[in-house]
This record gives sequence, C-alpha cells and structure tokens, in this order.
Amino acid sequence: MVDAQYFGDGLKNLNPSDLKGKLIAIEGTDGVGRSTHIEMLQEWLEVQGYGVLTTGWTRSNLMSKTIEMAKEGNILDRWSFSLLYATDFADRLELQIIPALRSGFIVLADRYIYTALARDFVRSGNRQWVRDVFGFALVPDLVCYLRIDIETLVLRVIETKGMNYWESGMDLRLGSDLYDSFKKYQSLLIEEFDKMAEEFHFEVIDARKSPDEIQDALRSKIQPLLTTNLRSPELPSDRHIQPA
Amino acid sequence: MSEQPRIPRPPHPYSGKLIIVEGIDGSGKSTQLLLLHKWLESKGHRVFFTEWNSSELVKDTTKRGKKNKSLTPTTFSLLHATDFASRLYHEILPPLKAGMIVLADRYMYTAFARDVARGVSPEWIRKLYSFAITPDMAFYFKVPIEVAVSRLLGGTRGQFKYYEAGMDMNLSPDVTESFRIFQSNILAQYEKIVDEFQLITIDATKDIESQQNNMRLLVGEALKDYKPRRGTHGRRTVFWRRFEEPKSE
Repeated sequence: MVDAQYFGDGLKNLNPSDLKGKLIAIEGTDGVGRSTHIEMLQEWLEVQGYGVLTTGWTRSNLMSKTIEMAKEGNILDRWSFSLLYATDFADRLELQIIPALRSGFIVLADRYIYTALARDFVRSGNRQWVRDVFGFALVPDLVCYLRIDIETLVLRVIETKGMNYWESGMDLRLGSDLYDSFKKYQSLLIEEFDKMAEEFHFEVIDARKSPDEIQDALRSKIQPLLTTNLRSPELPSDRHIQPA
Repeated sequence: MSEQPRIPRPPHPYSGKLIIVEGIDGSGKSTQLLLLHKWLESKGHRVFFTEWNSSELVKDTTKRGKKNKSLTPTTFSLLHATDFASRLYHEILPPLKAGMIVLADRYMYTAFARDVARGVSPEWIRKLYSFAITPDMAFYFKVPIEVAVSRLLGGTRGQFKYYEAGMDMNLSPDVTESFRIFQSNILAQYEKIVDEFQLITIDATKDIESQQNNMRLLVGEALKDYKPRRGTHGRRTVFWRRFEEPKSE
C-alpha cells in the first residue's frame, strides 16, 4: 500500500505506507452474493501463490457475540449502533488486517466502513459524525461495489434466504410490514452507496449478471493490483534462524 | 494537537441538571459524588446516578477484553464510547428531559485524558464524543500522583489492575511503577482539559468534609434558579419543604 492513508484521524503509532499487502473491499447491500464471490477470489489468488486473509463485518473475536446480543435486544440507539460496528472493525483492523498487510497478504474484506457510513446516514441524516468515528480506517487499495437495483434484490432475497428484521431496517419503521420496510430501507442504502461510489471511486460491478460474469469482472479489477509492489509471503524456512 | 481556541459547546436544552466528576483513580471523586448525592436527596431532589463503564450493552465485552488482554488503544476507546452512548441514551437523557438531576461518575473527559495518554488521537476522540451533551457542572479532583498511589495501595484496592496501570503500554514491568507513569500522563492530559472545557478544580488533597462543603456551596449556587420538575406555582423558596419527594431506590 504505497500511497496508503487513513480516512481521517489515523492510528498514531502506525505509518500505513509501511504495509506491503493489498487491501481490497467488496461492498454491496445484503443479498448481492458478496461472500460467494470472496470465496472464489480467495481460491483464485491462492492458486496464483498469493497469501490471502478474508475478514468479514461483525466477525471479530471481541465483538461478534456482543453485536448478536445487542441485535436481539432491538434497542440500539444510533450512536451505540455505529460504535459497536466501529469497535468490531477496529479489533479486526488492528489484530488481523494490519498484521496481514504488514506480512504482504492480500486482504479481502467482506464489507468495509462504507456499510457503516450508509447505515448511519440512513438512520441519522448526517454524514459527518460516523465518518469521524471511522477516521482510523485505512483507505483500501480497491473497493468493488456489487451494485443491484431494488426490484432485482427483492426477488433474489425472497427466493433465497428471505427477509430479516435488521436487513429490513425494521428499527426505522419505514414500512408497515417486512416487505415494504425492506424495500424502502434497501433503496435508501443503495442510493447512499451510489453517491459514495462516485465520491470514493468505487469500481462498480453489475450484480444482476450471472455469477461467472461477476467473478470475471472482479478478477479484471483486481488483476492490475497484483503486478505491483507485492511479494509472495515468505515460507517459515526462508527466515533466518536466530541463535537462541 | 491544534492550539486554536475551540468553540465552546452549547449548553444542553433540557430542564434537568447534569453534574459530573472527573479525576484519576484515588482522587476521591466517587466519595465526593456519593456525599453530594446524599445531600441532594436530603433536600428532596430526585437524583439519578450513572457510572463510567457500567452499561449492560458492553460491560461483559470490556471485562472479557481486559481479561484476555486483547484490547488495543482504539478498541479500548471505542468500547468505552459505546458504553457512554448507551448510558447517555438510556440513563442520562430521560431524567434530564424530565427535569431531574443526574450525577455521573466520570464523563467524556475521562476518555479525553486516558485514551490520549494511551496513544489515540486527541482530535479523533473529541469528534467521537461530539454527540455528548455539555454538563451543567463538571468537577475535577486534582491530586498529586503520590497521594493517589498511597491512597490506593493503603486502601482496600490491593494490587493495581492491568489496564488501570497502563500495563498494555509497556511503560514498566513493575505494576506500581507503570501505574505511576501512566496516571501521571493522564494527569498531564487533565491539566489541558481543565482549561479547554472549563472544569471546576477541587483540591483533592484537602480533607473530605471541606472538599464536600466547597462542592455543596458551588452546587447550591448553581441550582439557585433550577426548578425541580413538580409544579412550583411561584412558591419556590419553600418548595423543598412542601413536597416529599420519593427517595431514589
């Protein structure tokens, strides 16, 4: 990450340009197939010999259970809602993402801070505070945004796993039932993602296409990053063994 | 950190009063707040109390993270901000809106002092807490580090805890020495905060009663125009004797 930088007020004890790896974020609303594509990308990269770490939203050791419990309570205020996710992200950033980048891994992030920015904006109508909160986040080398329109998304979610409380933004009471609420909430998120796509220069990928076409599109965006400034991670046997 | 004068935050718009105490461990702030609480209740006020790092939402998570020593300065800071947000929303704002008195043992200034001493950006932490409301009164209990150390070691506290002593920062392998260095850094941050946010400094080396008298005098003065929630009908001077307020449970 040669020109690496933080979004805002960064981690004071870390210079991000020391990081050798590449940070790639895959964004998009619920139900666009992010995790399937990340699995396929990991396979593709590892076959080529690249070290890969995948990291997913809310999957930190510290916070995953806490967030689940908080969601069951359904009583989150706007601030703790965003701060819980920020804590989860910070835990993964400092204990997983940065160490991996330092060792030259490619980090595939299933969702990144843009998810939190969109969700907080839909809830508060204000963009600044949550952006300040996530100021310590590294700017990724590449953000691929799997874009889908609301009509296609609704059909796809109904066909697959169905709609749930949080994905429908039911805490916002946007509609009278799950369907109406899902549609309104996800439309607002898509609208905000579209705005951020311009502001933060996302690579937009049409997620209505077939999985193969989407995967090809993702690979063609990632390929140019691989040729520059990246070394394969060293095997343990390559290291100098220090006398005890 | 920028030295530009900050725009003072506006006072909160609610009819209740928020009084907070700050200071390092061993400064005696909690004792003083407890005595103030007793006094306010004896005057017939309905008083609510809230404490740093006590919300149901993240209490166990923080405890777990501290126990397995996996907290970084950033996650330490964010967890405490989450705790604060949750308590602000559930414990502080409702009584304030209802016109009651809220006492808080530690407030955002604790994060400004402690988290910055731990290495997070001073600008970032202030932005993080920008949703907090400004207290009506904020007391800072100023005490030299040696007094705090001897109070804590001489008291019931026993050995210092890992994060309390800043052991995560590798300041010294000796826990008491680490505590001394870390808390001294926090004291230095508090000195800046006192000016920046106009905290009321109390000399915490004085004996307990005289500190409390001083505090009651200042609070009494500040509450002069405060109208307790239940109807006053223009007879404010005798109000406290006319109504029997329920005691806080």
